[in-house]
Amino acid sequence: MNPRPFEYHSPRTVDEALALADRYGPDGKFLAGGQSLIPLMKLRIASPAHLIDLGRIAQLSYIRADRENIAIGAMTRLDEVSNSGLVAEECPALAQCAIQIADPLVRNLSTIGGNIAHADPSNDMPAVMVATGAQLVATSSRGRRSIPASDFFVDTFTTALRQGELLTEVRIPAGRCRLSAYIKLERQAGDFGVVGVAAVLELASDGTCSSCGVALSGVGPKVLKAKRAEGLIVGNRPDEGTLGKAGRAAAEDCDPVGDLRGSADYKRRMSQVITIRALRAAAKEAERI
Amino acid sequence: MSVEVNGEKKVARIEPRTLLLRFLRDNLGLTGTHFGCETTSCGTCTVLLDGRAVKSCTIFAAQVDGRKVTTIEGVGSASEMNPIQLAFWEKHGLQCGFCTPGMVMTTFELLQKNPDPDEQQVRAALSGNLCRCTGYVNVVESVLYAAKLMKKGAKKATEAGKQKGEPPRPPREIEGM
Repeated sequence: MNPRPFEYHSPRTVDEALALADRYGPDGKFLAGGQSLIPLMKLRIASPAHLIDLGRIAQLSYIRADRENIAIGAMTRLDEVSNSGLVAEECPALAQCAIQIADPLVRNLSTIGGNIAHADPSNDMPAVMVATGAQLVATSSRGRRSIPASDFFVDTFTTALRQGELLTEVRIPAGRCRLSAYIKLERQAGDFGVVGVAAVLELASDGTCSSCGVALSGVGPKVLKAKRAEGLIVGNRPDEGTLGKAGRAAAEDCDPVGDLRGSADYKRRMSQVITIRALRAAAKEAERI
Repeated sequence: MSVEVNGEKKVARIEPRTLLLRFLRDNLGLTGTHFGCETTSCGTCTVLLDGRAVKSCTIFAAQVDGRKVTTIEGVGSASEMNPIQLAFWEKHGLQCGFCTPGMVMTTFELLQKNPDPDEQQVRAALSGNLCRCTGYVNVVESVLYAAKLMKKGAKKATEAGKQKGEPPRPPREIEGM
């Protein structure tokens, strides 16, 4: 189980990393925390000729807030995300998601950017990105652009990132994700989920929902934005009747495949249950604030 | 590459595809770090990288160039046990012992961050370390006991060893503890 031989590059800055990506084109691959890529390289499913290790680029590791966003550097480790007071306060879904990914040893290496850019449909972070309406910042030697999370995930293992682009920052809208939750149904500790659901609510002064984001991981070829469920909640109070309808809509719209983690039918039923629980948990955050 | 392993500087020429686990075992002869599943699941290959517990089968040796690695050999030895090792012995936190190096390394990081964990916290911290023979009850007890031993200090730990009729094993001071 040794990877195929490759050349290793260790840039110290984003500019150096982007120059290497331009030089090697499709033969180059960025290495973030390596907790998804290295297993694929050991299986020789991935065999990049040039590995561009981002691990020494200190400028990509931070969590900070400005007036509009919580900005998180792509190389921020998941253990840092899960331990951040700022994240816990501003976006409980993100903190809850981070601590449910894999195990503590893996979280000591894996990064938020890696979990997103890998775009495994069973990865947890994409659901939180889509539900919160995050902006994902892509940087290349030609400049940078901001991609809405709902446009970022194109297909299984496929994102909107172009050749030579690097995901450098995640921006979660500040003040709008405090009522949020991520709930994951796991067969065993540290495994991918049967289904994971991120839910984000905003409440108007009369107690009705003014906006809502719901996204599911593990039940389709890519993260699922549950648009019908969201539409059923906006304008209504998040009571059990409304949440039940939203859960049914999400279950109808998902597209699970049966595997070791359960049959397609089981996953669909669990999508309904977990969607309702995630929405309920998000609404419950209002009591905390 | 150049890396500090258990306080000693090691310089080596390696292929980029060499995993840290292979480097430690094959190049440095540090076979206490075990080769288990090699699929990022079992955790018996756990080492500390700059003080954080990681699975050495899922990181290239080249990535640790210029950094500090601690393996089980740097924690203690049969004649000079660390309180964590002593606790695993006292509480029978192992059966075949294959998973134990990883369990000890993970415990090391846990007790550095949180010297007084409850059972729930211990179980969460160990969720990346699998034991396939004895189960986890005694492992969890061992970790809780290790925390107690460390709080009491090294002296008491030595006495606990003596009471069992074993040769005295003064636990080593742990770097950064």
